[in-house]
Amino acid sequence: MTEIKGGRPHALTDAPFHYCPGCTHGIVHRLVAEAIDELGVEGRTVGVASVGCSVFTYNYFNCDMVQAPHGRAPAVATGIKRARPEAVVFTYQGDGDLAAIGTAETVHAATRGENIVAIFIDTAIYGMTGGQMAPTTLPGQVTQTTPYGRDVKTAGNPIRVCEMLSTLDGVALAQRVTVDCVKNVKAAKKAIKKAFQYQMEGKGYCIVEVVSTCPTNWGMAPTDALQWLRDNMLPYYPLGVYKDVGEGSQ
Amino acid sequence: MGEKVLMKGNEAIAEAAIAAGCRHFFGYPITPQTEVAAYMSKRMPKVGGVYLQGESEVASINMVLGAGAAGVRAMTSTSSPGISLMSEGISYMAGSDVPALIVNVQRGGPGLGGIQPSQADYFQATRSTGHGDFHLLVFAPSTVQETVDMISDAFDLADKYRMPAMILSDGMLGQMMEPVVLPDPKPVEQDKPWAAKGHNNERPHNVINSLYIQPQELEDLVRKRFEKYRTIMQNEQRAEEYLTEDADIIVVAYGASSRVSRSAVDKARAEGIKAGMIRPISLWPFPVKAVSKAADTAKAFLTVEMSMGQMVDDVRLVVAGRKPVEFYGRTGGMIPTPKEVYEQIVRINGGVC
Amino acid sequence: MTLNILLAGFGGQGILFAGKVMAYAGMMEGKEISWLPSYGPEMRGGTANCSVCISDEKIGSPLVTNPDILIAMNLPSLEKFENDVVPGGTIIVDSSIIHKKVERDDVKTIYLDASSMAEENGLKGAANMVILGRMFAETSFCSYENLEKGLRKSVPARKADLVDSNLKAIGLGMKS
Repeated sequence: MTEIKGGRPHALTDAPFHYCPGCTHGIVHRLVAEAIDELGVEGRTVGVASVGCSVFTYNYFNCDMVQAPHGRAPAVATGIKRARPEAVVFTYQGDGDLAAIGTAETVHAATRGENIVAIFIDTAIYGMTGGQMAPTTLPGQVTQTTPYGRDVKTAGNPIRVCEMLSTLDGVALAQRVTVDCVKNVKAAKKAIKKAFQYQMEGKGYCIVEVVSTCPTNWGMAPTDALQWLRDNMLPYYPLGVYKDVGEGSQ
Repeated sequence: MGEKVLMKGNEAIAEAAIAAGCRHFFGYPITPQTEVAAYMSKRMPKVGGVYLQGESEVASINMVLGAGAAGVRAMTSTSSPGISLMSEGISYMAGSDVPALIVNVQRGGPGLGGIQPSQADYFQATRSTGHGDFHLLVFAPSTVQETVDMISDAFDLADKYRMPAMILSDGMLGQMMEPVVLPDPKPVEQDKPWAAKGHNNERPHNVINSLYIQPQELEDLVRKRFEKYRTIMQNEQRAEEYLTEDADIIVVAYGASSRVSRSAVDKARAEGIKAGMIRPISLWPFPVKAVSKAADTAKAFLTVEMSMGQMVDDVRLVVAGRKPVEFYGRTGGMIPTPKEVYEQIVRINGGVC
Repeated sequence: MTLNILLAGFGGQGILFAGKVMAYAGMMEGKEISWLPSYGPEMRGGTANCSVCISDEKIGSPLVTNPDILIAMNLPSLEKFENDVVPGGTIIVDSSIIHKKVERDDVKTIYLDASSMAEENGLKGAANMVILGRMFAETSFCSYENLEKGLRKSVPARKADLVDSNLKAIGLGMKS
């Protein structure tokens, strides 16, 4: 039997989430908070909220929080980490923030090997603005701004972020997970905790990409969204470890 | 106080910032401010500080935002096109009350413009460095020594009022060497209970944020910030008044153009023309008191700028039609000569006396 | 007294350095001084020039547009700035490099075979200091003691062994 823990992690505030029904942000918030609790680092953690649906994360995490301009979370996190090297610093970014408007900041924070953790929520669509094409929108996928389906000839191809970042020397961990079932939630938790541990050991930039659902903008019931994720997103964005420098490395 | 040394304006900016307790510099190379970054890259490792070359001005200003939010004295330096790129981050800093120092060593614009000295970023610095209702503290030095002294003050005032401060310099002041005496070093850590640096399980979490989704909440906050601005406008105006008491013609000029204008005023005085100069040192807050007082006694004003006329709007707002306010400017990186300014003084003097 | 000096030549001739020594020497003498280089594309292989002001009074514009003294170390500089010199001013020409004569008759012109003099004395590259020595002899803008101090302040520590050769070159100019 799996033990079910009760109550909220201490690293989460009591504020109720504003997320839509079936959205997986809530699960990922909890996993991050559990990792912070288990490592006992809430008092020295600074989180960086980005722009998009997760903009309000500063209300949900109990650690100190800074809200960054759109796409700039890795630069803001760099500033915090360089100012306070003893702090544990993480960003929480969506696909538009991390892989479109903030691509430069992401790539350069990664290649510098900044000791920060990026929690990357990939839903293949823009949530906050109401369902437009994301850099990770799948070929053929219908969104508000790809009404005939994403035509890669005109709209370009999706970016596989973990694969791209895994080529950079500064990256200590690049892992893609999802939270569609208990088994995968557990694996995601393990990856997130490992990323925080790596930062504390000074290993470099760590990214955990969480392939996530957006039932509202996908126009699906939550369970259908989970199935759509399995059928469409996971084949294009395979789960796995794309880079891991290993426990003993520096 | 240290010994008197000869220093380039740009290098003095860097050394003065270190003396002011700054240990975090983030920037991106651009002429004519590059010596600031180069000097920092050499000095910061030796004083236990951080020099980091960002991938862009956009990234650099956000690194400053992060470091400032974490409670340290952080700065960046750039030249005109770089400020345009930084304007997003500056707006966020103003909106989340994060202090830091931003140096603009101005060059000609618009666009890529040129690399020679300019003062065409006055509007950008004092009116709208980014979107939304906000101000920066803006100071304009006219000598290398004044630059040094001002940087320390700018850090102090930025911390006191929790807002970004800007030093509006230009290519001439950045590149020139003059004797300076560096100030005694200040402490690196200031007490900033609001900073996001980890709550250490001793207080509720701090949030550094500029998002207020409820319009009433945002209006209340902006109004509160503007009350602070009013206090600053009352208390922090700075200007040098040079031979203004009995002056018929008062030149208003800041930074590099004030140096040219000082030579012109001296020449006019030597020729028997009662000329004087008001040199705004704080551009925001604009030295309303000094200009308004002069409007009671002077017969005319001449604003001299290395632009097509930007600060002249502020002079006209203060003088409010009481006296004529004329303008003379060069732009694109051209520097007016004392002779050109002198001729303007003579022309205006002929008209009003 | 105010002395506005414009030094001009090719990049690499030590134009900016000679200006810096003057400025430092003026500072040691207790004068107000400023030093302003040209910057930008011209310093990348082309011409370089530098404005130095030495004055008993606060210095206004540091940009010298009408020099009391023009030091010209190449032909384009002489052609560009000759007419800007104030009437009664001085032009010092490195005649090893510039074979053209100054056309004006209302200025004092000094033709100094500076580059050759330096080279003949094993001081290749120190023509700038030879000219500085001559300029110092002409103006006495500071004491010799302060000129030497200014030189020592201007030479970076890692090049301290160059102080003596520079002093020798200054001496050559003073005696010329």
